[in-house]
Amino acid sequence: MKLPLILTRRGILAGAAMLSMLMSPISAMADEVKVAGIFTLPVDQQWISRIHIALDAAQDRGDIEYVYSENVSNTDYERVMREYAENGVNLIVGEVFGLERAARKVAADYPDIAFLMGSSFAPQAPNFSVFDNFIHEPAYLSGMIAGAASENNVIGMIGGYAIPEVNRLMNAFMEGARETNSDVSFLVNFIDSWYDPAKAKESSFAMMDAGADVMYAERFGVSDAAVERGMKAIGNVIDTSADYPNTILASAIWHMEATVDTAIKAVSNGSYSADDYGQYSFMAHGGGSLVLDESLVPADIVSLVKAKEAAIMDGSYTVVINDDAPVSDK
Amino acid sequence: MDILQILLNESFWAATLRIATPLIFGVLGALICEKSGVLNLGIEGIFVAGAMAGWMAVWFGFTLWMGLLVAVIVGGTFGLIHAILTVPLGLSQHVSGLGVTLLATSISYFTYRTALPKLSSPPKIEPFQPLDIPYISEIPFIGLVLAEQTAMTWLALFMVVLVWWILNRTPLGLSIRAVGDNPDAVDAQGLSVYGLRIGAIVVGSSVMALGGAFLTMSAFDSFFFGMVNGRGWICIALVIFASWRPGKALLGAILFGAFDAFQVRLQTEVGAFLPSQVFLMAPYVLSIIALVIVARRAEYPRALLKPWFKGAR
Repeated sequence: MKLPLILTRRGILAGAAMLSMLMSPISAMADEVKVAGIFTLPVDQQWISRIHIALDAAQDRGDIEYVYSENVSNTDYERVMREYAENGVNLIVGEVFGLERAARKVAADYPDIAFLMGSSFAPQAPNFSVFDNFIHEPAYLSGMIAGAASENNVIGMIGGYAIPEVNRLMNAFMEGARETNSDVSFLVNFIDSWYDPAKAKESSFAMMDAGADVMYAERFGVSDAAVERGMKAIGNVIDTSADYPNTILASAIWHMEATVDTAIKAVSNGSYSADDYGQYSFMAHGGGSLVLDESLVPADIVSLVKAKEAAIMDGSYTVVINDDAPVSDK
Repeated sequence: MDILQILLNESFWAATLRIATPLIFGVLGALICEKSGVLNLGIEGIFVAGAMAGWMAVWFGFTLWMGLLVAVIVGGTFGLIHAILTVPLGLSQHVSGLGVTLLATSISYFTYRTALPKLSSPPKIEPFQPLDIPYISEIPFIGLVLAEQTAMTWLALFMVVLVWWILNRTPLGLSIRAVGDNPDAVDAQGLSVYGLRIGAIVVGSSVMALGGAFLTMSAFDSFFFGMVNGRGWICIALVIFASWRPGKALLGAILFGAFDAFQVRLQTEVGAFLPSQVFLMAPYVLSIIALVIVARRAEYPRALLKPWFKGAR
């Protein structure tokens, strides 16, 4: 009996191939830049979410076609990079803090593909650009608010890991707090996890027991503890003030739009080269900003912060970049 | 604040009990499984599944207690998978357990992302609040520690008593212990070795799932990938520390919780002199030391890890 084509093995194989071509997210339309995001954490994690939102926005504008893989472990990251590279994407965005060497090797193997990676090291010619969340400027401003708000003169800080991009913001924050409060001292803890809110919360309680009345919320869980004890908190990277009413004094926000859009433009007009995109996270490029709750921050502090913000914007004041691990004052 | 002051502070002991609660559930669950002779390395994944399922049930409108029930059912289901693979099929308990961990973790993440695809920050539920039991908070010291605990911590403490009572004071407990020591004898008595073991694994896994649910429904109010963070594995070690006894399991969980609560406070105090990793390592190092001291005298179930087949000699 002769089977209709659709039921023969060859027919099924051909059908499957066609189907996978149709389903493949990176097929259609040639003039759009095809972007792949590879993230080691879920896209709703603070840091990753900033990149994801910027890429999503670019897709909604029709500038790019965007696909992503989230929660990719560092050990699997290289494979995912190569898979996207083989699939013909134009630009790969991600973070390679845990696999710098391997990622740079992949980039060298695919010189025609643009790589824009969160990294602690320098760019690598011809196609490996780096970025990082250089929001030390708004972090400094948020520190000014925290310093003024602390009545016990003790600020608690909970961080994920003591790595440069975390340390940098903490140090800038501490500098800012010292500007408005010369008596302030700091308690610093790292929980060695990006995602253990229960642990971050316990660390926060411990700091509040030790006298901290303003918390620097680098991780999820800290603001929750602040709400429970009626203390104040400073947000970082994202604005969570709606989730924690009456608690978040100010937040240093990271905007990836400037970084991502610059890279996309460079890829689409063929001018992409290995570059340090870190500067696009600076306030002058709109990569960082401060939001503050004027109902919680006194007006004189607000005007002080606004003046400093203007000084940073016009270049008359530069926030020091210090990547050393911060420690508790004793 | 010096070390003595830390230890005499009731908030330290309240924190200890909070950190210990998921471990109490986990170690009891693992203990029930192992008492029947089967190691359940699915625990880490079952924690994740319990955390996700319980939280998501509440997010979709269930009450907190119904959410816990959902977590228990999901935990029991993964337990059943492990039980079928290891008991009637007699496959490697290590491999099957790790397989269950990978499966349960991935399915949980997959379900979470499929159900909530477009998020920029994790949604929150209204979690269990500290239970206000009349007169308890008037007891000096202990009262203040207990007043900060939620219903789930009370449930965990109650489970310790319940598991002890069932294992040591009921015929069912006797047969569970027997099936973990000498399944042939249980079979000769006309009891079902398979039935007892499968039942113990399913129930044990359900209890484990409560440990995960505690993380999303009491300790915190939203679900994160990776938030279980190795707590399941700690329970496996704590069972050995506990020498398969519920009372000692409680002690082990509290000891670990105390180490952890202590290290965060110590890190705050003397973090300037020592790297933070030293403190983070401390609970694990101290647990290993405690394990070495205690486990030498541990009386493990004699048929642990040994598959049993009906009629085989």
